[in-house]
Order: sequence, then structure tokens, then C-alpha cells
Amino acid sequence: MPEGSLPKEKTVVTRPYVQVEGIARRYGPTTVFENVWFGVNRGEFVCLVGHSGCGKTTILNILAGLDAPSEGVVLADGREIAGPSLQHAVIFQGHALVPWMTAEQNVAFALGSKHRDWPRHRLAEAARAALAKVGLEGAAGRKPSELSGGMKQRVGIARAFAITPKMMLMDEPFSALDALTRGALQEEVSRLVTEAGQTAFMITHDVDEAILLSDRILLMTNGPRARVAEVVVNTLPKPRVRATLHHQPGYHALRDHIMDFLITRSRTLAGAPPDGYDPRRPPEVII
Amino acid sequence: MQREVSAWRAALLSLVILALFLGGWELALQGAGQGGGPALDPEYAALLGQAAATGGQTPMPKPSEIGRRLFQLLSDPFYIRGPNDQGIGIQIAWSLGRVLLGFGIAALVAIPLGFVIGMSPLLNAALNPFIQVLRPVSPLAWMPLALFTIQDSSISAVFVIFICSIWPMLLNTAFGVSAVRREWLNVARTLEAGTWRTAFRVILPAAAPTILTGMRISIGIAWLVIVAAEMLVGGTGIGYWVWNQWNNLSIADICIAILMIGLVGLALDRLLGLAARAVAWNE
Ligand SMILES: Nc1ncnc2c1ncn2[C@@H]1O[C@H](COP(=O)(O)OP(=O)(O)OP(=O)(O)O)[C@@H](O)[C@H]1O
Ligand SMILES: [Mg+2]
Repeated sequence: MPEGSLPKEKTVVTRPYVQVEGIARRYGPTTVFENVWFGVNRGEFVCLVGHSGCGKTTILNILAGLDAPSEGVVLADGREIAGPSLQHAVIFQGHALVPWMTAEQNVAFALGSKHRDWPRHRLAEAARAALAKVGLEGAAGRKPSELSGGMKQRVGIARAFAITPKMMLMDEPFSALDALTRGALQEEVSRLVTEAGQTAFMITHDVDEAILLSDRILLMTNGPRARVAEVVVNTLPKPRVRATLHHQPGYHALRDHIMDFLITRSRTLAGAPPDGYDPRRPPEVII
Repeated sequence: MQREVSAWRAALLSLVILALFLGGWELALQGAGQGGGPALDPEYAALLGQAAATGGQTPMPKPSEIGRRLFQLLSDPFYIRGPNDQGIGIQIAWSLGRVLLGFGIAALVAIPLGFVIGMSPLLNAALNPFIQVLRPVSPLAWMPLALFTIQDSSISAVFVIFICSIWPMLLNTAFGVSAVRREWLNVARTLEAGTWRTAFRVILPAAAPTILTGMRISIGIAWLVIVAAEMLVGGTGIGYWVWNQWNNLSIADICIAILMIGLVGLALDRLLGLAARAVAWNE
């Protein structure tokens, strides 16, 4: 496979929306990951794949401003991320709805944080509109305890998209759902992100999900001292549809490559990097 | 596993138990008759004071007598005939007033303070030794100090209620606030919700059930303590009334007071139970 041979089509250097520059996370003597460099371009959908414990959630939390790296910086729009921002919405793994508010109130709470001057009825209206976008107009008045897992996650999605952020950060948003619901929500998120022209960063364990949604897939080695081993460029044409994805030419090669990485190379590549590995420019792979 | 029990059958059984208890009580005293009590221990007679000195043998009242007396007291509960002769309703109102005042002030102090302690691990660690030492002190131990510094018996009683009801509310609020789910706080942070919005819209509702549990424990303790406190400070209140009836050897009145204290305590607990249900949430 032709590693690190991305043809230089664009000579104009556009700065990525997010620049991760040499971040590390250490707990005392143990280093979870170090020397992690990557960028996420404007409007790009990037997935992060790696085994449990390699620090994926930590990286996402750093991008969200909820956590800070032990070393290195992360720039968004050229400025260092110093804390959480309304520009960067998070879809949490466990939906993270507050149980004493109805679906509508959960979304309205987010909207109210962005639009401080909006009156209550306007917030409620906008919240219902956001819920309608994910097909939940009928459940606006229900508390999370009265919703199914998929519906709760939908409310979480509506809440994140309602505040029209520049970037969407998602930590295994669908891992707790059944395959059917997961498929429906993947398509929903893909549509919403494309409609809004948003930048997206998603952690996933589901290789098909990564292939369906992403433009590029970051593969992380196992920890400790995890790093981005390579960046797989997803050249499958868009729009991709879950039902026909596995018939597309190139799908199986792409899937096999990622599976191979997860099964063997994430382990064999762990520890000291190979010769010629430049952490600032992890090898890009096009299949 | 607890099986569903029909409310009617439970209520019926309760009534049967009550009837058996009262009937047994009535019958037992029927047989004993008047004046057949055991000989009084001289020291005990001295304790009884005037009643014993006059040679009066006060028998245990029968439920029927207590019932008549209860009817008598409740037919005019709010009369005031001088400082030492006031209706039982007035006495209970005095006690309730003191409890609500002391409890209210305690809530105003404990909930905001508990909030701050729950938010700040440093403050939590710094204040913990004080709380741990003060909490187990019997509230009545504060009474002499209160009487000495405040110099007013009624306010001292309120202070004792304050001091005994503050701890459960303080500890529960601090615990409830510190135990708010990290993910909810993260949601608020990513939304840039701000300190006050986060405090009132996220942390307070999340901790409300725990806070109300603390309030419920507090009001229970306060109602326990007020009787003893009023026995000490005297003047007014149901505790004082019990003590007064003991001096008069009106055993029937004491039985009635016990019943009333129980019912009021139950009502207070139910009230806070309702409030707790109003703020409860489940996932
Ligand atoms: N307080 C801590 N002290 C020491 N190690 C910690 C601490 N918190 C997290 N870690 C370690 O940091 C590593 C990264 O955690 P993180 O949650 O980012 O992993 P992850 O890649 O998201 O895993 P998963 O796929 O299971 O969600 C884990 O190996 C964990 O053991
Ligand atoms: Mg994780």
C-alpha cells in the first residue's frame, strides 16, 4: 500500500480549523499518549479509532476544552483552546440529558445559554424546531426517563445541533444503541453535519461507522505512550448510504486495512515508533 | 421481594390492633379498681411533690377517660386564661412556631453553606473537623450556653432548634452538591452556562432530593428536641405543657400530649415528604 504518498493537489496552504500540536497526557510516571499531532480541516469529518484506554476520550475532552493536555497545545481557528466554548458542541456517549427537564427543556437550556436575550416562548419554539429536525416533535414534553435510549440520544443530538456550533465533537455517541437505531442516527448526524457545513470529530469503535461518516480516520496505537500511528484517507465517494456501503468498490480493502490495524498493528506498533516516523506528520494512507 | 398489600386490609388490621390495644388497656384497669396500686416508694413520693403529699393516688387513666379529656381539650383548643393556662392548640402553635423559626434559619444558613462546601473540596476539608466535632453534641448541651449568652429563654429554645437542625441539612446539601454527575456539569460547561445558571438550573435540581432528605431528617430531630427544650426553658409550648401536667399529675393529659406530638411530627414529615416528591427525578 502506498504509504505517505498523498498527491499534492492543493498547493495553497489552508490552515486546518483544529490544530493539535504535540499534546501529551501524563499521570505521574505513566504516559497515556504523547507527541500527538493532527489537524481537522474546516468542514471535514474525522474519526478517531483505537483500543480502549489509549486516551481517545481524553483527546476529545481536550478538544472540547473540558480537559487540558499535560504538554502541547490545541488551536481552534488559530487560537489556543482555553476552555469549553459554545462553538464546539459535544454529543456525549451517555446522552447526558438532565432527567428533571423534558426533552424540550433540555434543548431550550442549551439554546438559552447561547441566546441570553431570547424570551421563554422563543426558546421553547426553537427547541421544538430542533427536536422536529431529529423526528422527535411528538416527544418534546417527555422526560428522559420516558424516552427510549435512541430517543434520548436523538435529544442529545438535537441539543448539540440547536446551538449551531462550528465543530461537533462526539465520543462514541451511538455505542450503546442497537444496530438499527445506530444506523438511523448515523445518517441523521451525517445529514445535519453536511447541511450545516460543520467540522466534525468522532470517536468510534465501529469500523463501518468510521467508513460511513469520515473523510479521514486517525488510527491510534495502544497505550501507554499511544500515538497516532497513521491517518487513513477515506476516498469512497459521498454521499454514502449505509445500506449500499459494503457494495462500493474499495470498501473491503479499506475495512480490512483498519481491522488489521486494530487486531494486530495497534499492538505491534505500540511503544517506540518505527524509524522515519515523524509525529508531526503521521503517515497518510490512501487505499 | 415485597408483595403488594391492599390498603384496605392493612387499614383494617391497623384498626383491629388499635382496638385490641385500647380494649386491653381498658379491661386491665377495670379489674385493678381504685386505690389498689403498689405502695409508693418514699423517695418517689417526694419527687411527686404536692400530689403525693396530699395523699392523692393518681391511677392510670383508662382510654375512655383519656378520650373524654381529649374531647374536652379539643373542643376549645385555643383559649388563653393567663400565662399558665392556655389551650393545647396554643401550646402546639408555640412549639411549631419555635421549630419552624429555628429550622427556617438553619435552612437559610445550611443550604447556601452546604452548597459552597459541596463545590469546594478545600472548604469541605477545612470545615469537616468542625462539623464532625459539633454534630454529635446533644442540642440540649447548648442550652446553658444559649441561656447565658442570649439571656432569653424563648430565643434560646429557637437557638437549640437551629443548632440541632443545621447538621443534617448542611451535610446532605454538601454531599448532594458534590455528587452531581460530572457529565451534567460538563454539559453546562460546554454550553458556557455560567456559574449562576449552572448553580440554579443544574446543581440545585440535581441535589434537591438529597437536600430535602436532609431537611426531612432535620425537622424530625427539631420536633424531637423542642419538647425537651421547652421542658427546660418553661413558659409555653407543648413540652412545657407536658411538664406542667406531670406536676399536676394529669396522666391523661400527658397521654394526649404524646398523641398530639406524634400527630404533629407525622404531619411535618409528610409535608416534607410531599416537597421531596415534587423535586424528585428519576432516570
Ligand atoms: N486519574 C487517572 N490516573 C491515572 N490514569 C488515568 C486517570 N484517568 C485516566 N487514566 C488513564 O488514561 C487512559 C485514557 O483514558 P480515556 O478515557 O481517554 O481512554 P479511551 O481511549 O477513551 O478509552 P475507551 O475506549 O475505553 O473509552 C486510560 O488508560 C486510563 O487508565
Ligand atoms: Mg472513551
